[in-house]
Order: sequence, then structure tokens, then C-alpha cells
Amino acid sequence: MRTRARWTAALIAAVLPLATTACSSGGSGSSNGPVTLTYALWDNNQQPAYQACADAFTAAHPDIHVKITQSAWNQYWQNLTTQMTSGNAPDVFTDHVAYYPQFVKNNQILDITSRVAADKVDLNQYQGGLADLWVKDGKRYGLPKDWDTVAIAYNTGMLKSAHVDPAGLANLTWNPTDGGTFEQLIAKLTVDQKGHNGLDPSFDKNHVKIHGIELIYDDGATGQSTWGNFAVANGFTFLDKNPFGTKYHYSDPALAQTVDWFASLAKKGYAAPYDKASTLGPDAVLNAGRAAMTMTGSWNINTYLGSSATQKFAFAPLPAGPRGRKTFINGLSDAIYTGTKHPDQAWQWVKFLASTSCQDIVASKGVVFPAIKTSSQKALATHQAAGRNVKVFVDEATTPGETFSYPITDHADQITQEVQTDLEGVWLGKSTAADALAKAQKAVDGFMSQP
Amino acid sequence: MGTTSVDAAESGLAVATAADRPRRRERARRRAAAPRGDGRIALLFLAPALLGFAVFYVYPAIRGAYYSTTDYNLLSPPRGVGMANYTALVHDALFWNALKVTGYYVVLNIVSQTVLALVLAALMFRLTRSVVVRAMLLVPWLVPNVTVGLLFLWLFDADLGLVNHLISAAGLSTHGWFSSTTWAMPTIALTNTWAYTGYTALLLYAGMLQIPGQVYEAAMLDGASELRMFFRLTLPLMRPVLALVLVVSVIGSFQMFDTVAITPTHGGPVNATRVIYYYIYELAFTHFRMGYASAAAMSLVLILGALTLLQMRLLRASRSDLA
Repeated sequence: MRTRARWTAALIAAVLPLATTACSSGGSGSSNGPVTLTYALWDNNQQPAYQACADAFTAAHPDIHVKITQSAWNQYWQNLTTQMTSGNAPDVFTDHVAYYPQFVKNNQILDITSRVAADKVDLNQYQGGLADLWVKDGKRYGLPKDWDTVAIAYNTGMLKSAHVDPAGLANLTWNPTDGGTFEQLIAKLTVDQKGHNGLDPSFDKNHVKIHGIELIYDDGATGQSTWGNFAVANGFTFLDKNPFGTKYHYSDPALAQTVDWFASLAKKGYAAPYDKASTLGPDAVLNAGRAAMTMTGSWNINTYLGSSATQKFAFAPLPAGPRGRKTFINGLSDAIYTGTKHPDQAWQWVKFLASTSCQDIVASKGVVFPAIKTSSQKALATHQAAGRNVKVFVDEATTPGETFSYPITDHADQITQEVQTDLEGVWLGKSTAADALAKAQKAVDGFMSQP
Repeated sequence: MGTTSVDAAESGLAVATAADRPRRRERARRRAAAPRGDGRIALLFLAPALLGFAVFYVYPAIRGAYYSTTDYNLLSPPRGVGMANYTALVHDALFWNALKVTGYYVVLNIVSQTVLALVLAALMFRLTRSVVVRAMLLVPWLVPNVTVGLLFLWLFDADLGLVNHLISAAGLSTHGWFSSTTWAMPTIALTNTWAYTGYTALLLYAGMLQIPGQVYEAAMLDGASELRMFFRLTLPLMRPVLALVLVVSVIGSFQMFDTVAITPTHGGPVNATRVIYYYIYELAFTHFRMGYASAAAMSLVLILGALTLLQMRLLRASRSDLA
């Protein structure tokens, strides 16, 4: 039965592009009469906030309605691409830095440079660096909507039973040689079945009850939640130039040292090794009380502080490495599809989304940090008022020198698969970090040399 | 996984019965009667199916063959690149790895599934013909594949899963079922075997029902044991059905996709479960290399065609010993 169903699905998928390319007629329609724009996003947690924005927008522009469509991250890009192929993509869609170079290369996103200039959008109102992510060859392809940084999430109860003062977590240090005070903390929070912690000489690393830290091993080509932040704190840079560099630096020893340190945690019993780590996500492991800490992005705030958490968690900043504290800052934008029939109205909506009018509404819902600095502070206030302490994310974002941008280049999808696969070899102990990263470097150079 | 559609079962039975001598005579008669004009009516009845076949099978297959000679990326119009995709495929280590990994899965899945299904079918055939038991066998098959996958993901989770919990309670050492290179593929194969054994057993059982009861009565009079009857009577006499079930389930097994797609390692660790269908899907819809993906798909068509031909030949599927 699967056979038949799958063939059919595959064939429909194959047929769709052909059948519908014929109807891809774009062009600007008339601006008279009511218009309905479609707007796509992937995070269902954010949908109510943007629905509120859409309502406010329609109140200000009675002739423009916005219909929001939502599909999960795993399907979002496939959907969007097939919709583009058929010429029926949403007029405006939420965009990610890993995907937009491909769309720009294939001429699917509208260049808004002149509209931004004509309407005098203040690019300095956004959190530093965010607006520049969306510029390629001098052309602007989106305006920032939000940002995220990475921090440590920890189980407050476990810290207390290990007699660790949470205030001390703000001053943790890390280095790839002995792991600094961060590794000391991880060891102290690790407990074996007899109740010895990781610093105790009688600690049994083969029978661990609670791991000090839960790692995300499959973390793409950037290690956004994990090794990427530490590698940069160790002097590593992803690219010769960002955005749109041409040379990745995966074979840099500073990265290999960092990866080796991450792999060493499992060998010491402080973290679950790759092949014995849960695949259900760190939040499931932390909620089950099987690990004391993890590292996570601000997009997961409500996973750890929301009502679904069964343990009490709090956030702490990442430790400071040899080059200080470094965290990814990444953000999304809203992009206009080149095939839209209503480019002027779509621009009005994008401009609204990127203004305080919408971002203050988003802030009041306390889901993500809006890109505009003043709106971010409002989001922080919303969280504080609800008893969620998320100041570390904002502090990291606003402290000069503590953030760096997500590497943006072509071929991100191939690079992700290659680097992740090579690193799996390291986590499984089948390869050293230096060898795996040399292999990754060679493959990535190959991808980058393709058009 | 890897099983058949209902009509495959029917055609399996048709093979078994069409070989009956009276049926064969009837078929010969019908062939002779064809000029009388049944052909046109037959065509009329076949039209809906043929239309679907043309629109959903033939046309896409032709387009696929065309795309395999282009650099189509879904977003820009395709440009012809000749046989470049095929040359690249020959040098693509991941493609060969995918074939190897798929072959491993097919062996694990088909062997375990067929053996278990044969045992179950034989038990049903010789011990009980209860409808309830038959219905029960179908239950795992009724559960959507993705649900089965998610269930097993939870059960076999390395840290929080029930299976490892039981194993460690028994004092044995646990495994990362889905996340170790050694165990990932056997675990996925086991998952799908669980889901499809009942269904396969039912198809084989239907094949066994075609075997006349006298054969067994005669064997029993001669004092044959149950085991001997199974190997000397049941197995040889149901060969055409077994062949069809095998062919269709091997093809289905080659097309395993969903279980890999929902495991968080997505073809990992270290490509250990990156099966050919998932690889083609990634090429087409993650990397948007539709042209290259089409070339890989065309290669898979050739491989499956050759494999099917081989199986049909080896098992002499079109001839029955019941005749």
C-alpha cells in the first residue's frame, strides 16, 4: 500500500511544478479596491501576535486585508519553494538568513532598497547589525522583525541541592583546555547513582544519574545553540567576510579545540554521549530531571519558563571564553515575493511589520524579542511582569562585542548536511575533530566553488 | 514496511488461480472472442485507470527523465546539461552509500518480515481460521507510519525510553537505538517489520487458502509431520503468491522514507540511515537540486526494474505447481 501511496505522492510532487508554472504571471495589479495579502510564518506561537498586527494594520489601511498562513518549520521551506515554483507564493513571508541567499539568487525576493529610502525607514532603530544581514550586493531584501541570542538554561532545584549560588553563574569562564569554571560547574551538577558528584574522586562516570549538561549534538554547520558560540569565544570566525563571504574557516584549530572539548564532556561522564543521548530534545531530558543544564536560544524561552515545564528553570549568560563572552545574534525578516500582484500593498505591510506599531504589539505578547530596540525593552518588561526573568538574552544582545552574526552564504543547506555529518563522526569517537573538520573544509570549499 | 497494495494481492491470487486448468481454458476462449468487440468496452472500463496512469505515472516519468538531463532547481527555468548529472552520480559517494544502506535495510526488513509473516500465516492456516485473529494482525498496519515511527522513537529513546529502562533494570547495558551507527538501521528495520508483518501474513494466508485441502489429507494419511507439510506442500504450492508478495514488498522496502524522515538524526548518524529515497528527497526538496534528484530517481527505476525481473525469473512467479 505504501508503495502506491508514495509513488502517487512523489509523482504529484513531480507533476505540480510543471502543471502550474504556466500560471506564474506576476506584475503589479491595480491599487484600487480592497486587496487581500497572504503572509506566511512558521511559528504557531507567534501567530496570535502577528494576527493582532494584521488587525491593527487593516484598521489603518481599510483596503488591505492580511491573511496569515502558518506551517511548521520542517515543511515551511518546501511549501514556500513549491509555491514559488507554481507562482503562488505568499505576497509576504517570514525569511531566514540560511535560506534567503538562494531566493535572491533565483530572483524570488523583491529588492526594497528604493522603497526603504523613499519612505525614510530608520535603519538605526533596529538592534545592531540586524538590518545589514539582509543586504546583498548593495540591495536590501528585507527588514528585521526580531532577534535571538543564546544562553544557559538550568534547573534551579538542582543548583540548590549542589549548593551553587545562581548569582555566580553570571561570571563563569571557559577555555578549551580545562573548561574553566564552566566545566567545574558542569562536573559539580553531575551526579552518579551513588550520589557522588563529578568532582568527587569516587565519581562513577559509567553510572550517571543526572548529567551536568545536556548537549544538542546535531546542531548544523554553525552550532548556533552550542559549539559555535564557544568556538567564536575561542577566536574562531566562520567566514572571511559576513554576510556573503566566499571562504569558510572550518579547519581553524580554534574550532577543532572547541569541538574536542565538547566531545570530552561525554567521555568524562558529564554529558550523555551522542549514541546514548535522548533524541527527544533537551527540554524533554531536563523536564525528566536527567540533566541539570543545557544551552538554548531565546526562541525557547517559553519552553523553559512556560506552563509546560515540569521543573523550575532559569537562564544564565554563556561563560566568557579566551576572547570574552560571545553569542550568536540572529534574526528574521519579512520578505516580499517578486511574483506578488500587489507589491505596493505588500510594502505597506512589510513597513508596518518593521515599525514600532507592530513590534510593540508583538512585544506585548511576550513571545519573541522584536528587532526594534525600544520594542525589545517592552518585550522584556512584558516577560518581567509575567515573572519570567529573561534579562540575560537582552544583556547579551546589547553589550558591545558580545554578539556576532550568523554566517550567511550560498549553499547553506549542503554545508549544514556535510558539517553535521562530519561532526557526528567526532561525537561518536570515530574521528578526531581536526580530521573531521579538515574533511568538512574540503567539502565546503567544493560547494563554495560551485556557482 | 514494504508491502503491497490490495490489488497486488488480488493479482497474486489471480496468478494462482488463472493457472488452474479450467481457468486457462476459459481464458483461451475469451482471447478467441476478443474480435467480437469486447475490446472497446474493456477500453471504456479501463479508461479511468489509464487516464490516471498517464497523468500520474507516464507523464511525470517522462518529465523526470527530461529533468534528469537539466540543472533544474525548482525556481529558475531548467537548462540542459546532458549526461552531467549521471556522471556526477557515479562519483557521488553519498549516492553509493545510500544504495548500500538501502540494500542493508531491505535485507533486514524483508527477511525478518517474510519469515515472521510466513510463520503467522501458517499458524492461522493450520490452527485457527478465526476472523478476530486475522483482524488483529492488521492493527499495526492500520496505524499511520509516522505514528508508528514516533511511538518507536519514544519507546527506544536512548535516555528516556521504556526499552532502555527495562534493559538497565535487568542489569544489561543500554544502546542508543536510533543514534548509534550500529543499531540505527536495525532499529528502523524492526520498526517497519512490526508495522507490516501482520499485513504480509494476511496476504500469504490468502495464498495458502488457494491450496486444496485434499493435498494435506493425503499427506497426513502418509504420516507427514506438520513441519514437513509446511516445507514440502505449503511453501512450494504458494510460490507464485510468495513471489508476488516478495516483489512488491522489496520494491516498497526500497522506497522506505517516512521512518527515516521522522527520526531526529535525519539519515544519520554519519549517513548510516540515509536511504536512497530520503537522499533523493533531500536533493530535490532540501537542496532544491531537482535535476540531480531526477537522475538519482531514474537510476533507482533501473535498479528496481532489474531487481524485479530477477526475482520473477528466480521464483518462476508466473507458473504455479498447482496446475
